[in-house]
Amino acid sequence: MAAEAKIKPIVISAKNLYKIFNVGGSDAVTALQNVNLEIRAGEFISLIGPSGCGKSTLLRLIADLTKPTQGELNINGKDPHQARLDRDYGMVFQAATLYDWRTVTKNVQLPLEIMGYPRTVRQHRAQEMLDLVELGKFANHYPWQLSGGMQQRVAIARALAFEPSLLLMDEPFGALDEFTRERMNMELLRIWEKTGITVIFVTHSIPEAIFLSSRVVVMSPRPGRITQIVENNVEYPRMFETRETPRFFEKVTEVRELLRDAHLEA
Amino acid sequence: MTESTLMLPSQQKNWLDAVRYYTPTIAVAVTVLVLWELLVTVLNIQQFLLPKPSAIFAELIAEFQLAFDTTGSRSILIESTGATLWEAVGGFCLGCGAGILVAFITARWTIISEAMMPFAIAANSVPIIAFAPIMNNWFGLTNPASKMAIVAIIVFFPTMINTVRGLTLVDPLQLELMQSYAARPFKILFALRIPNALPYIFSALRVASSLSVIGAVVAEFFGGPRATLGVFITQEASAFDFARAWAAIIMAALIGISFYLVVLFAERRLMPWHSSLRERA
Repeated sequence: MAAEAKIKPIVISAKNLYKIFNVGGSDAVTALQNVNLEIRAGEFISLIGPSGCGKSTLLRLIADLTKPTQGELNINGKDPHQARLDRDYGMVFQAATLYDWRTVTKNVQLPLEIMGYPRTVRQHRAQEMLDLVELGKFANHYPWQLSGGMQQRVAIARALAFEPSLLLMDEPFGALDEFTRERMNMELLRIWEKTGITVIFVTHSIPEAIFLSSRVVVMSPRPGRITQIVENNVEYPRMFETRETPRFFEKVTEVRELLRDAHLEA
Repeated sequence: MTESTLMLPSQQKNWLDAVRYYTPTIAVAVTVLVLWELLVTVLNIQQFLLPKPSAIFAELIAEFQLAFDTTGSRSILIESTGATLWEAVGGFCLGCGAGILVAFITARWTIISEAMMPFAIAANSVPIIAFAPIMNNWFGLTNPASKMAIVAIIVFFPTMINTVRGLTLVDPLQLELMQSYAARPFKILFALRIPNALPYIFSALRVASSLSVIGAVVAEFFGGPRATLGVFITQEASAFDFARAWAAIIMAALIGISFYLVVLFAERRLMPWHSSLRERA
Protein backbone atom coordinates (compact mmCIF):
# COMPACT_ATOMS: atom_id res chain seq x y z
CA MET A 1 0.00 0.00 0.00
CA ALA A 2 2.66 2.47 1.05
CA ALA A 3 4.89 1.39 -1.82
CA GLU A 4 2.00 1.84 -4.25
CA ALA A 5 1.28 5.33 -2.99
CA LYS A 6 4.86 6.26 -3.66
CA ILE A 7 4.61 5.54 -7.38
CA LYS A 8 3.62 8.80 -9.03
CA PRO A 9 1.62 8.93 -12.25
CA ILE A 10 3.36 9.11 -15.61
CA VAL A 11 3.15 12.67 -16.95
CA ILE A 12 5.20 12.36 -20.11
CA SER A 13 5.48 9.30 -22.27
CA ALA A 14 7.25 8.95 -25.60
CA LYS A 15 6.87 5.80 -27.70
CA ASN A 16 8.90 5.09 -30.86
CA LEU A 17 9.34 8.82 -31.29
CA TYR A 18 11.10 10.00 -34.46
CA LYS A 19 12.01 13.46 -35.64
CA ILE A 20 13.48 13.80 -39.11
CA PHE A 21 14.24 17.22 -40.56
CA ASN A 22 13.76 17.73 -44.31
CA VAL A 23 11.98 14.39 -44.70
CA GLY A 24 12.55 12.89 -48.13
CA GLY A 25 15.18 15.44 -49.09
CA SER A 26 18.78 14.57 -49.84
CA ASP A 27 19.69 16.59 -46.75
CA ALA A 28 17.34 14.69 -44.44
CA VAL A 29 18.65 14.58 -40.87
CA THR A 30 17.41 12.10 -38.29
CA ALA A 31 17.41 14.25 -35.16
CA LEU A 32 15.69 11.63 -33.03
CA GLN A 33 15.38 7.91 -33.63
CA ASN A 34 13.10 5.57 -31.76
CA VAL A 35 12.94 7.47 -28.49
CA ASN A 36 11.11 5.74 -25.65
CA LEU A 37 10.85 7.54 -22.34
CA GLU A 38 8.49 7.72 -19.40
CA ILE A 39 8.66 10.53 -16.90
CA ARG A 40 6.74 10.50 -13.64
CA ALA A 41 5.32 13.46 -11.75
CA GLY A 42 7.84 15.25 -9.58
CA GLU A 43 10.91 13.83 -11.29
CA PHE A 44 13.90 15.94 -12.21
CA ILE A 45 15.11 14.60 -15.56
CA SER A 46 18.26 15.77 -17.31
CA LEU A 47 18.80 15.22 -21.01
CA ILE A 48 22.53 15.11 -21.66
CA GLY A 49 24.68 14.48 -24.70
CA PRO A 50 26.96 16.14 -27.24
CA SER A 51 25.55 18.69 -29.67
CA GLY A 52 23.46 17.08 -32.38
CA CYS A 53 22.15 14.31 -30.09
CA GLY A 54 18.63 15.71 -30.28
CA LYS A 55 18.25 16.67 -26.62
CA SER A 56 16.92 20.13 -27.44
CA THR A 57 14.75 18.65 -30.20
CA LEU A 58 13.18 16.26 -27.69
CA LEU A 59 12.46 19.18 -25.37
CA ARG A 60 10.97 21.20 -28.23
CA LEU A 61 8.76 18.24 -29.19
CA ILE A 62 7.44 18.08 -25.63
CA ALA A 63 6.85 21.84 -25.79
CA ASP A 64 5.03 21.51 -29.13
CA LEU A 65 7.42 24.03 -30.67
CA THR A 66 8.08 21.42 -33.37
CA LYS A 67 6.10 18.35 -34.47
CA PRO A 68 7.26 14.71 -34.39
CA THR A 69 7.71 12.91 -37.71
CA GLN A 70 6.46 9.64 -36.29
CA GLY A 71 5.60 8.04 -32.98
CA GLU A 72 3.56 8.87 -29.97
CA LEU A 73 4.06 11.62 -27.42
CA ASN A 74 1.77 12.23 -24.49
CA ILE A 75 1.87 15.11 -22.04
CA ASN A 76 -0.43 14.77 -19.03
CA GLY A 77 -2.49 12.30 -21.08
CA LYS A 78 -2.92 14.77 -23.97
CA ASP A 79 -1.16 15.38 -27.25
CA PRO A 80 1.53 18.08 -26.99
CA HIS A 81 -0.52 20.63 -28.91
CA GLN A 82 -3.41 20.42 -26.47
CA ALA A 83 -0.95 20.50 -23.56
CA ARG A 84 0.51 23.74 -24.91
CA LEU A 85 -2.94 25.26 -25.34
CA ASP A 86 -3.71 24.21 -21.76
CA ARG A 87 -0.48 25.92 -20.60
CA ASP A 88 0.78 22.72 -19.00
CA TYR A 89 4.42 23.78 -19.08
CA GLY A 90 6.64 26.75 -18.39
CA MET A 91 9.74 27.13 -20.53
CA VAL A 92 13.17 28.59 -19.79
CA PHE A 93 15.53 29.12 -22.72
CA GLN A 94 19.30 29.47 -22.85
CA ALA A 95 18.86 33.23 -23.09
CA ALA A 96 16.66 34.90 -20.47
CA THR A 97 14.44 36.36 -23.26
CA LEU A 98 13.13 39.06 -20.96
CA TYR A 99 11.36 41.97 -22.62
CA ASP A 100 13.54 45.07 -22.33
CA TRP A 101 10.53 47.35 -22.15
CA ARG A 102 9.03 45.64 -19.15
CA THR A 103 10.19 45.90 -15.57
CA VAL A 104 11.13 42.68 -13.79
CA THR A 105 7.68 42.28 -12.22
CA LYS A 106 5.97 43.07 -15.54
CA ASN A 107 8.07 40.40 -17.21
CA VAL A 108 6.98 37.84 -14.64
CA GLN A 109 3.38 38.96 -15.14
CA LEU A 110 3.55 38.50 -18.92
CA PRO A 111 2.20 34.91 -19.05
CA LEU A 112 -0.46 35.83 -16.48
CA GLU A 113 -1.53 38.77 -18.65
CA ILE A 114 -1.79 36.53 -21.70
CA MET A 115 -3.83 34.03 -19.71
CA GLY A 116 -6.15 36.76 -18.51
CA TYR A 117 -5.52 36.76 -14.78
CA PRO A 118 -6.86 39.86 -12.99
CA ARG A 119 -4.34 42.55 -12.11
CA THR A 120 -4.25 42.03 -8.34
CA VAL A 121 -3.65 38.30 -8.76
CA ARG A 122 -0.89 39.04 -11.28
CA GLN A 123 0.89 41.45 -8.98
CA HIS A 124 0.59 39.17 -6.00
CA ARG A 125 1.76 36.09 -7.88
CA ALA A 126 4.68 37.94 -9.48
CA GLN A 127 5.89 39.13 -6.11
CA GLU A 128 5.55 35.63 -4.70
CA MET A 129 7.62 34.18 -7.56
CA LEU A 130 10.25 36.90 -7.30
CA ASP A 131 10.55 36.19 -3.59
CA LEU A 132 10.97 32.51 -4.47
CA VAL A 133 13.97 33.28 -6.69
CA GLU A 134 15.16 35.83 -4.12
CA LEU A 135 14.71 38.86 -6.35
CA GLY A 136 11.81 40.42 -4.46
CA LYS A 137 13.67 43.72 -4.12
CA PHE A 138 14.27 44.02 -7.86
CA ALA A 139 10.61 43.99 -8.96
CA ASN A 140 10.74 47.48 -10.42
CA HIS A 141 14.15 47.26 -12.05
CA TYR A 142 14.55 46.85 -15.78
CA PRO A 143 16.21 43.66 -17.07
CA TRP A 144 19.35 45.49 -18.26
CA GLN A 145 19.98 46.57 -14.67
CA LEU A 146 20.42 42.91 -13.63
CA SER A 147 23.31 40.48 -14.05
CA GLY A 148 23.02 37.44 -16.33
CA GLY A 149 22.31 35.09 -13.43
CA MET A 150 19.64 37.39 -12.03
CA GLN A 151 18.00 37.67 -15.45
CA GLN A 152 17.85 33.90 -15.71
CA ARG A 153 16.24 33.73 -12.25
CA VAL A 154 13.59 36.19 -13.46
CA ALA A 155 13.02 33.86 -16.44
CA ILE A 156 12.49 30.97 -14.00
CA ALA A 157 10.08 33.06 -11.93
CA ARG A 158 8.20 33.89 -15.13
CA ALA A 159 8.02 30.21 -16.13
CA LEU A 160 6.62 29.27 -12.71
CA ALA A 161 4.24 32.21 -12.37
CA PHE A 162 1.16 30.43 -13.75
CA GLU A 163 1.91 27.26 -11.77
CA PRO A 164 2.41 24.86 -14.68
CA SER A 165 2.88 21.18 -13.80
CA LEU A 166 5.99 20.96 -16.00
CA LEU A 167 9.12 23.06 -16.18
CA LEU A 168 11.09 22.70 -19.43
CA MET A 169 14.61 24.11 -19.38
CA ASP A 170 16.87 24.30 -22.42
CA GLU A 171 20.47 24.78 -21.22
CA PRO A 172 19.29 27.61 -18.99
CA PHE A 173 22.65 28.15 -17.27
CA GLY A 174 24.86 27.49 -20.29
CA ALA A 175 25.81 31.13 -20.68
CA LEU A 176 26.70 31.68 -17.01
CA ASP A 177 30.10 31.42 -15.37
CA GLU A 178 30.91 28.36 -13.26
CA PHE A 179 30.31 29.99 -9.84
CA THR A 180 27.02 31.55 -10.79
CA ARG A 181 26.01 28.29 -12.38
CA GLU A 182 26.62 26.29 -9.18
CA ARG A 183 24.63 28.80 -7.17
CA MET A 184 21.82 28.65 -9.71
CA ASN A 185 21.84 24.85 -9.46
CA MET A 186 21.35 25.08 -5.69
CA GLU A 187 18.58 27.58 -6.19
CA LEU A 188 16.84 25.42 -8.78
CA LEU A 189 17.00 22.34 -6.53
CA ARG A 190 15.49 24.36 -3.69
CA ILE A 191 12.65 25.55 -5.96
CA TRP A 192 12.08 22.01 -7.25
CA GLU A 193 11.88 20.61 -3.72
CA LYS A 194 9.57 23.40 -2.62
CA THR A 195 7.15 23.25 -5.56
CA GLY A 196 7.28 19.54 -6.41
CA ILE A 197 7.20 20.47 -10.10
CA THR A 198 8.37 18.02 -12.80
CA VAL A 199 11.51 19.33 -14.45
CA ILE A 200 13.07 18.39 -17.79
CA PHE A 201 16.47 19.95 -18.04
CA VAL A 202 18.70 19.97 -21.13
CA THR A 203 22.40 20.36 -20.42
CA HIS A 204 25.82 19.40 -21.70
CA SER A 205 27.43 19.60 -18.27
CA ILE A 206 27.80 16.22 -16.58
CA PRO A 207 28.27 17.53 -13.00
CA GLU A 208 25.25 19.79 -13.44
CA ALA A 209 23.12 16.85 -14.59
CA ILE A 210 24.26 14.66 -11.68
CA PHE A 211 23.85 17.41 -9.12
CA LEU A 212 20.31 18.28 -10.21
CA SER A 213 18.49 15.26 -11.48
CA SER A 214 16.77 12.19 -10.15
CA ARG A 215 17.42 10.48 -13.51
CA VAL A 216 19.83 11.29 -16.29
CA VAL A 217 18.91 10.50 -19.89
CA VAL A 218 22.15 9.97 -21.82
CA MET A 219 21.86 10.62 -25.55
CA SER A 220 24.15 10.22 -28.54
CA PRO A 221 24.23 11.81 -31.99
CA ARG A 222 23.88 10.73 -35.64
CA PRO A 223 21.15 9.64 -35.34
CA GLY A 224 20.03 11.25 -32.10
CA ARG A 225 18.86 8.58 -29.68
CA ILE A 226 18.75 7.59 -26.01
CA THR A 227 21.70 5.34 -25.13
CA GLN A 228 20.90 4.84 -21.48
CA ILE A 229 18.85 6.18 -18.62
CA VAL A 230 20.89 6.47 -15.41
CA GLU A 231 19.17 6.34 -12.00
CA ASN A 232 20.87 8.96 -9.87
CA ASN A 233 21.17 7.78 -6.28
CA VAL A 234 23.25 10.69 -5.00
CA GLU A 235 21.49 11.39 -1.73
CA TYR A 236 19.34 14.37 -0.86
CA PRO A 237 19.54 17.03 0.37
CA ARG A 238 22.23 18.00 -2.10
CA MET A 239 24.50 20.84 -1.01
CA PHE A 240 27.65 22.50 -2.24
CA GLU A 241 29.66 19.72 -0.50
CA THR A 242 27.73 17.03 -2.39
CA ARG A 243 29.98 17.71 -5.38
CA GLU A 244 32.96 16.52 -3.35
CA THR A 245 31.50 13.17 -2.24
CA PRO A 246 32.66 9.81 -3.71
CA ARG A 247 29.09 8.94 -4.76
CA PHE A 248 28.83 12.13 -6.80
CA PHE A 249 32.18 11.44 -8.39
CA GLU A 250 31.16 7.86 -9.23
CA LYS A 251 28.00 9.02 -10.95
CA VAL A 252 29.82 11.68 -12.94
CA THR A 253 32.29 9.04 -14.07
CA GLU A 254 29.52 6.63 -15.00
CA VAL A 255 27.79 9.18 -17.24
CA ARG A 256 31.10 10.36 -18.68
CA GLU A 257 31.98 6.81 -19.72
CA LEU A 258 28.56 6.27 -21.26
CA LEU A 259 28.96 9.46 -23.27
CA ARG A 260 32.44 8.45 -24.37
CA ASP A 261 31.30 4.99 -25.48
CA ALA A 262 28.45 6.52 -27.42
CA HIS A 263 30.88 8.92 -29.01
CA LEU A 264 33.24 6.09 -30.04
CA GLU A 265 30.34 4.17 -31.59
CA ALA A 266 29.30 7.20 -33.57
CA MET B 1 10.70 61.01 1.25
CA THR B 2 13.73 58.77 1.26
CA GLU B 3 13.57 58.59 -2.50
CA SER B 4 13.76 62.35 -2.92
CA THR B 5 16.69 62.66 -0.53
CA LEU B 6 18.40 59.85 -2.38
CA MET B 7 17.75 61.61 -5.67
CA LEU B 8 19.46 64.86 -4.70
CA PRO B 9 23.14 64.00 -5.10
CA SER B 10 22.49 62.20 -8.37
CA GLN B 11 20.54 65.17 -9.71
CA GLN B 12 23.39 67.47 -8.81
CA LYS B 13 25.76 65.13 -10.55
CA ASN B 14 23.50 65.10 -13.61
CA TRP B 15 23.51 68.88 -13.68
CA LEU B 16 27.31 68.99 -13.56
CA ASP B 17 27.46 66.26 -16.17
CA ALA B 18 25.20 68.32 -18.40
CA VAL B 19 27.44 71.36 -18.07
CA ARG B 20 30.50 69.27 -18.83
CA TYR B 21 28.70 67.65 -21.75
CA TYR B 22 27.48 70.84 -23.44
CA THR B 23 30.41 73.19 -22.72
CA PRO B 24 32.56 72.06 -25.70
CA THR B 25 29.58 72.38 -28.06
CA ILE B 26 28.80 75.90 -26.91
CA ALA B 27 32.48 76.85 -27.06
CA VAL B 28 32.70 75.66 -30.68
CA ALA B 29 29.56 77.61 -31.64
CA VAL B 30 30.82 80.83 -30.05
CA THR B 31 34.27 80.43 -31.63
CA VAL B 32 32.81 79.90 -35.09
CA LEU B 33 30.56 82.97 -34.78
CA VAL B 34 33.40 85.18 -33.52
CA LEU B 35 35.77 83.97 -36.24
CA TRP B 36 33.07 84.50 -38.88
CA GLU B 37 32.46 88.08 -37.70
CA LEU B 38 36.21 88.82 -37.53
CA LEU B 39 37.04 87.31 -40.92
CA VAL B 40 34.25 89.14 -42.70
CA THR B 41 35.47 92.42 -41.14
CA VAL B 42 39.22 91.88 -41.55
CA LEU B 43 39.09 90.43 -45.08
CA ASN B 44 36.42 92.95 -46.05
CA ILE B 45 34.15 90.28 -47.56
CA GLN B 46 31.19 91.70 -49.49
CA GLN B 47 27.85 91.24 -47.75
CA PHE B 48 26.33 89.43 -50.76
CA LEU B 49 29.02 86.76 -50.40
CA LEU B 50 28.75 86.40 -46.67
CA PRO B 51 26.98 88.80 -44.29
CA LYS B 52 28.24 89.26 -40.74
CA PRO B 53 26.51 87.25 -38.02
CA SER B 54 25.72 90.54 -36.29
CA ALA B 55 23.90 91.81 -39.40
CA ILE B 56 21.88 88.58 -39.66
CA PHE B 57 21.09 88.78 -35.97
CA ALA B 58 19.98 92.41 -36.34
CA GLU B 59 17.57 91.36 -39.11
CA LEU B 60 16.13 88.66 -36.89
CA ILE B 61 15.63 91.09 -34.01
CA ALA B 62 13.95 93.59 -36.31
CA GLU B 63 11.57 90.95 -37.65
CA PHE B 64 10.68 89.74 -34.17
CA GLN B 65 9.97 93.35 -33.12
CA LEU B 66 7.70 93.78 -36.15
CA ALA B 67 5.85 90.61 -35.34
CA PHE B 68 5.40 91.11 -31.63
CA ASP B 69 5.06 94.86 -31.08
CA THR B 70 1.68 96.34 -30.29
CA THR B 71 1.23 98.49 -33.40
CA GLY B 72 -0.22 95.63 -35.42
CA SER B 73 2.68 95.53 -37.87
CA ARG B 74 3.51 92.23 -39.54
CA SER B 75 6.71 90.36 -40.16
CA ILE B 76 6.83 88.36 -43.39
CA LEU B 77 9.74 86.32 -42.02
CA ILE B 78 7.83 85.18 -38.95
CA GLU B 79 4.73 84.47 -41.03
CA SER B 80 6.89 82.53 -43.50
CA THR B 81 8.33 80.48 -40.66
CA GLY B 82 4.86 79.63 -39.42
CA ALA B 83 3.68 78.68 -42.91
CA THR B 84 6.68 76.45 -43.63
CA LEU B 85 6.39 74.82 -40.21
CA TRP B 86 2.73 74.09 -40.92
CA GLU B 87 3.63 72.48 -44.28
CA ALA B 88 6.42 70.42 -42.69
CA VAL B 89 4.36 69.26 -39.71
CA GLY B 90 1.29 68.55 -41.83
CA GLY B 91 3.31 66.55 -44.36
CA PHE B 92 5.16 64.76 -41.56
CA CYS B 93 1.93 63.67 -39.88
CA LEU B 94 0.33 62.54 -43.15
CA GLY B 95 3.43 60.75 -44.46
CA CYS B 96 4.52 59.11 -41.21
CA GLY B 97 0.95 58.19 -40.30
CA ALA B 98 0.43 56.56 -43.68
CA GLY B 99 3.86 54.90 -43.50
CA ILE B 100 3.14 53.31 -40.13
CA LEU B 101 -0.37 52.28 -41.20
CA VAL B 102 0.82 50.64 -44.43
CA ALA B 103 3.66 48.96 -42.51
CA PHE B 104 1.19 47.36 -40.10
CA ILE B 105 -0.90 46.09 -42.99
CA THR B 106 2.08 44.72 -44.91
CA ALA B 107 3.66 43.18 -41.82
CA ARG B 108 0.39 41.40 -41.07
CA TRP B 109 0.20 39.86 -44.54
CA THR B 110 3.71 38.83 -45.47
CA ILE B 111 2.80 38.40 -49.13
CA ILE B 112 1.99 42.11 -49.46
CA SER B 113 5.16 43.06 -47.66
CA GLU B 114 7.30 40.86 -49.91
CA ALA B 115 5.66 42.42 -52.95
CA MET B 116 5.91 45.98 -51.62
CA MET B 117 9.33 46.14 -49.98
CA PRO B 118 11.50 46.16 -53.13
CA PHE B 119 9.43 49.06 -54.49
CA ALA B 120 9.55 50.89 -51.19
CA ILE B 121 13.32 50.52 -50.98
CA ALA B 122 13.70 51.63 -54.61
CA ALA B 123 11.34 54.57 -54.08
CA ASN B 124 13.31 55.53 -50.99
CA SER B 125 16.40 56.23 -53.12
CA VAL B 126 14.49 58.35 -55.68
CA PRO B 127 14.96 62.14 -55.27
CA ILE B 128 11.29 62.73 -54.55
CA ILE B 129 11.82 66.47 -54.38
CA ALA B 130 11.93 66.33 -58.20
CA PHE B 131 8.16 65.83 -58.06
CA ALA B 132 7.67 69.26 -56.48
CA PRO B 133 6.65 71.01 -59.74
CA ILE B 134 4.17 68.19 -60.41
CA MET B 135 2.65 68.60 -56.96
CA ASN B 136 2.45 72.38 -57.49
CA ASN B 137 0.55 71.57 -60.64
CA TRP B 138 -1.76 69.08 -58.90
CA PHE B 139 -2.62 71.01 -55.76
CA GLY B 140 -1.94 74.60 -56.78
CA LEU B 141 1.21 76.67 -56.34
CA THR B 142 -0.02 78.60 -53.30
CA ASN B 143 -1.90 75.76 -51.68
CA PRO B 144 0.05 74.39 -48.67
CA ALA B 145 -1.22 70.93 -49.70
CA SER B 146 1.25 70.89 -52.62
CA LYS B 147 4.20 71.17 -50.17
CA MET B 148 2.61 68.84 -47.65
CA ALA B 149 2.23 66.23 -50.38
CA ILE B 150 5.93 66.39 -51.23
CA VAL B 151 6.90 66.19 -47.55
CA ALA B 152 4.47 63.31 -46.99
CA ILE B 153 5.91 61.30 -49.88
CA ILE B 154 9.49 61.99 -48.74
CA VAL B 155 8.87 60.77 -45.16
CA PHE B 156 6.52 57.93 -46.11
CA PHE B 157 9.12 55.46 -47.36
CA PRO B 158 11.72 55.55 -44.57
CA THR B 159 8.94 55.39 -41.97
CA MET B 160 7.23 52.47 -43.67
CA ILE B 161 10.44 50.50 -44.26
CA ASN B 162 11.65 50.96 -40.70
CA THR B 163 8.29 50.08 -39.19
CA VAL B 164 8.06 46.87 -41.24
CA ARG B 165 11.56 45.97 -40.05
CA GLY B 166 10.69 46.64 -36.44
CA LEU B 167 7.52 44.56 -36.62
CA THR B 168 9.15 41.60 -38.36
CA LEU B 169 12.72 41.50 -37.02
CA VAL B 170 11.74 39.93 -33.71
CA ASP B 171 14.05 37.60 -31.80
CA PRO B 172 12.85 34.04 -32.70
CA LEU B 173 13.26 32.94 -29.08
CA GLN B 174 10.93 35.70 -27.93
CA LEU B 175 8.38 34.51 -30.48
CA GLU B 176 8.77 30.94 -29.21
CA LEU B 177 8.21 32.19 -25.68
CA MET B 178 4.90 33.67 -26.84
CA GLN B 179 4.10 30.41 -28.61
CA SER B 180 4.82 28.47 -25.42
CA TYR B 181 2.11 30.56 -23.71
CA ALA B 182 -0.25 29.81 -26.62
CA ALA B 183 -0.58 33.58 -27.07
CA ARG B 184 -2.92 34.83 -29.81
CA PRO B 185 -1.49 36.84 -32.74
CA PHE B 186 -3.24 39.96 -31.45
CA LYS B 187 -1.49 39.64 -28.08
CA ILE B 188 1.85 38.94 -29.77
CA LEU B 189 1.39 42.12 -31.80
CA PHE B 190 0.76 44.31 -28.77
CA ALA B 191 3.02 42.67 -26.21
CA LEU B 192 5.98 41.92 -28.48
CA ARG B 193 5.95 43.25 -32.05
CA ILE B 194 4.92 46.84 -31.36
CA PRO B 195 7.33 47.45 -28.44
CA ASN B 196 10.01 45.79 -30.55
CA ALA B 197 9.21 48.16 -33.43
CA LEU B 198 9.22 51.38 -31.38
CA PRO B 199 12.99 52.04 -31.59
CA TYR B 200 12.84 51.46 -35.36
CA ILE B 201 9.81 53.73 -35.72
CA PHE B 202 11.37 56.52 -33.69
CA SER B 203 14.65 56.42 -35.54
CA ALA B 204 12.59 56.85 -38.73
CA LEU B 205 10.58 59.69 -37.19
CA ARG B 206 13.76 61.51 -36.19
CA VAL B 207 15.08 61.30 -39.74
CA ALA B 208 11.63 62.27 -41.04
CA SER B 209 11.44 65.35 -38.81
CA SER B 210 14.59 66.78 -40.44
CA LEU B 211 13.58 65.63 -43.90
CA SER B 212 10.17 67.27 -43.62
CA VAL B 213 11.61 70.78 -43.07
CA ILE B 214 14.16 70.28 -45.86
CA GLY B 215 11.40 68.98 -48.13
CA ALA B 216 9.08 71.89 -47.40
CA VAL B 217 11.74 74.58 -47.95
CA VAL B 218 13.12 73.03 -51.14
CA ALA B 219 9.60 72.49 -52.50
CA GLU B 220 8.98 76.21 -51.92
CA PHE B 221 12.00 77.02 -54.07
CA PHE B 222 9.86 75.81 -56.99
CA GLY B 223 7.30 78.46 -56.13
CA GLY B 224 4.69 79.14 -53.48
CA PRO B 225 3.03 81.92 -51.51
CA ARG B 226 5.16 84.97 -50.62
CA ALA B 227 5.09 84.19 -46.92
CA THR B 228 7.01 80.89 -46.91
CA LEU B 229 10.70 80.44 -46.07
CA GLY B 230 11.72 78.95 -49.43
CA VAL B 231 10.12 81.80 -51.39
CA PHE B 232 11.43 84.34 -48.87
CA ILE B 233 15.01 83.08 -49.29
CA THR B 234 14.88 83.10 -53.12
CA GLN B 235 13.32 86.57 -53.24
CA GLU B 236 15.66 88.22 -50.72
CA ALA B 237 18.66 86.59 -52.39
CA SER B 238 17.66 87.87 -55.81
CA ALA B 239 17.11 91.32 -54.27
CA PHE B 240 20.69 91.16 -52.89
CA ASP B 241 19.40 91.42 -49.32
CA PHE B 242 21.53 88.57 -48.09
CA ALA B 243 21.31 89.31 -44.38
CA ARG B 244 17.52 88.76 -44.66
CA ALA B 245 18.00 85.58 -46.71
CA TRP B 246 20.37 84.29 -44.04
CA ALA B 247 17.91 85.24 -41.31
CA ALA B 248 15.36 83.02 -43.06
CA ILE B 249 17.90 80.20 -43.28
CA ILE B 250 18.42 80.54 -39.52
CA MET B 251 14.67 80.29 -38.97
CA ALA B 252 14.51 77.18 -41.15
CA ALA B 253 17.34 75.66 -39.12
CA LEU B 254 15.56 76.56 -35.88
CA ILE B 255 12.30 74.90 -36.83
CA GLY B 256 14.20 71.85 -38.12
CA ILE B 257 16.09 71.50 -34.85
CA SER B 258 13.00 72.16 -32.69
CA PHE B 259 11.00 69.58 -34.59
CA TYR B 260 13.78 67.04 -34.16
CA LEU B 261 13.96 67.77 -30.42
CA VAL B 262 10.20 67.34 -30.02
CA VAL B 263 10.41 63.88 -31.61
CA LEU B 264 13.45 63.03 -29.48
CA PHE B 265 11.59 64.12 -26.35
CA ALA B 266 8.58 61.99 -27.29
CA GLU B 267 10.92 59.04 -27.85
CA ARG B 268 12.44 59.40 -24.40
CA ARG B 269 9.06 59.69 -22.74
CA LEU B 270 7.62 56.68 -24.56
CA MET B 271 10.65 54.40 -24.33
CA PRO B 272 12.47 54.90 -21.03
CA TRP B 273 14.06 51.49 -21.48
CA HIS B 274 15.80 52.10 -24.79
CA SER B 275 19.48 51.16 -24.77
CA SER B 276 20.75 54.29 -26.48
CA LEU B 277 19.34 56.36 -23.59
CA ARG B 278 20.92 54.36 -20.81
CA GLU B 279 24.40 55.87 -20.51
CA ARG B 280 23.02 59.31 -19.77
CA ALA B 281 19.92 58.16 -17.90
